[in-house]
Amino acid sequence: MIGYNFAYLDEHTKRMIRRAILKAVAIPGHQVPFAGREMPLPYGWGTGGIQVTASVIGQDDVLKVIDQGADDTTNAVSIRRFFALTAGVRTTTSTEAASLIQTRHRIPETPLRAGQIIVFQVPMPEPLYRIEPSRAAARRRHALADYGAMHVKLYEDITRFGRVAVAYDHPVMVNHRYLMSPSPIPAFDNPKLHLSPALQLFGAGREKRIYALPPFTDVRSLDFEDHPFHPGRAPHACALCGATASYLDEILVDDRGSRRFVCSDTDYCETRRSGLLPSGAG
Amino acid sequence: MAYVAVKGGERAIDAAHAWRAAARRGDPAIPALTAAQIAEQFGRAVDRVMAEGSLYDRELAALAILQAEGDLIEAAFLLRAYRSTLPRFAYAEPVDTGEMLLWRRISATFKDLPGGQLLGPTTDYTHRLLDFSLLAPDRRPQPLPAAAPAATSPPVPRVADLLAAEALIEPDPATGASPADLTATPLAFPASRDLRQQALARGDEGFLLALGYSTQRGYGHTHPFVGELRTGEVAVSIIPPELGFAIEIGSVTLTECQMVNQFAGSKTEPPQFTRGYGLCFGRADRRAIAMALVDRSMRAAELGEEIKAPAQDVEFVLSHADNIEATGFVEHLKLPHHVDFQSELETLRRMRAAAAAPGHAETREDAA
Repeated sequence: MIGYNFAYLDEHTKRMIRRAILKAVAIPGHQVPFAGREMPLPYGWGTGGIQVTASVIGQDDVLKVIDQGADDTTNAVSIRRFFALTAGVRTTTSTEAASLIQTRHRIPETPLRAGQIIVFQVPMPEPLYRIEPSRAAARRRHALADYGAMHVKLYEDITRFGRVAVAYDHPVMVNHRYLMSPSPIPAFDNPKLHLSPALQLFGAGREKRIYALPPFTDVRSLDFEDHPFHPGRAPHACALCGATASYLDEILVDDRGSRRFVCSDTDYCETRRSGLLPSGAG
Repeated sequence: MAYVAVKGGERAIDAAHAWRAAARRGDPAIPALTAAQIAEQFGRAVDRVMAEGSLYDRELAALAILQAEGDLIEAAFLLRAYRSTLPRFAYAEPVDTGEMLLWRRISATFKDLPGGQLLGPTTDYTHRLLDFSLLAPDRRPQPLPAAAPAATSPPVPRVADLLAAEALIEPDPATGASPADLTATPLAFPASRDLRQQALARGDEGFLLALGYSTQRGYGHTHPFVGELRTGEVAVSIIPPELGFAIEIGSVTLTECQMVNQFAGSKTEPPQFTRGYGLCFGRADRRAIAMALVDRSMRAAELGEEIKAPAQDVEFVLSHADNIEATGFVEHLKLPHHVDFQSELETLRRMRAAAAAPGHAETREDAA
């Protein structure tokens, strides 16, 4: 695009962000502050993910962008266009074909492979923020691995509701050391973080934090021995492809309470329907 | 589900943009505004957008206001996003507001003082009566009264400097050290006063106003007096490395508020007047005064005062002052969240089913 550098950000900014990414990779799950820039998309739309993607993308990359698991949601369309315009890279909807995937709120159903990078858009990188709103105080807790309050919160859920009442953004313990927000992915996706062969990067633009899970990092969802972590999904099969192990969107089809359940991962669903079952199909 | 249509999201976006462009232009029978008209006639809006957009450029700010249909936060956002693509080739030398070419200079603490009181182009004593004559087309400008644009010749001393001569006010805490740069390093806490000032200078005017107001109503009272409020032009100079001496590259219009705050002393500080400070782009009394109130409030810890009000909590103030960040995160709630909502639905259904089942105290996690 005339007047702008490859992938929008200038090279000095990219270098600053790459340094933060390298530090984040070296300390899995630790939030690294970075001097986030104002982007031409609003905070909350994925500016952190966009800056991370812009800093790691190369001319030979093939980019996939999803929001809520789908390639055709408006914000995914908009971000994919942004990179097509500013970087001129090839884009795809295929999880298999992508070298770089930017996502909001989902991890694709098709297992990621070594060499792929997935970039998460993160609204609230601080997993303790509901318990400790001061980021300065929360940082101290991370430094001391003082996560008792989070366990107490989950315990209180169990005593009051009989279960952990966290349905998404369920906190995870990374490499037995740092408590981390997996971003607002449904708890269903949490197990995919564990020992993933792909590099997983997390960008929070407004809060100006980057963190990372290098390939094959140990990632455990917080739970108790007698109340093990439960990755929930709607107990139905996809109305389009029949999948029984994918995460489902619930779609209201009339005003009399009728609803349909379909795969939230549009690429996975379409691939199954075309008869080319992706690996790990369920 | 129109906005996540299974296909057609791209067409919907294009159509929305086209409609919005037409809505921005309004009735084509009415002549279009120009950025030059906005720069000249919406000066206060331009000042605010330059301050919150952190970029001193009247023409670009006017363009942003035009493009944003007059939504000033959106305009500031446009300016910020543009600003972040600009190379930073130099830091200016500190401007000297004592050398300001004054349009306006008032003190609430002295009836008269060296340099005098100068009202300048203020609305302070206008009666807020709608001026229906502005509705009439082709109005000719009123001639200025003879003595109007008073570019005072000798520099006018700052009130805080006059008080400092008698040691009644705390010394100017300026250290001469290079200030930090909020836009180049991530904000961390505790944040030094230079960073706080930068955050306030680009902070949302409404937020600063409300916080400053809260201190006046008892939430962290600071006993403020406007020692001085001044508006005018100051020269900006840089030292290019290849020259090694300062050259003037232009001037900016600034408003500065020196607040003088009564202070009874604490365990660590003697009784004296203390300072609250506000400095911002353009003609902006409200912003400068609010800044000075909040600046003084945030010095509570430094001065040994008890911290009990929002305006005294540095992390609270700085984390929520930026309206570009705030509007983004507040408005992002309208983006699709149906994956999270679906997970909440399932959790709620399971919890309700478990509660309705007999012996529900023994409910198990894997009931579904």
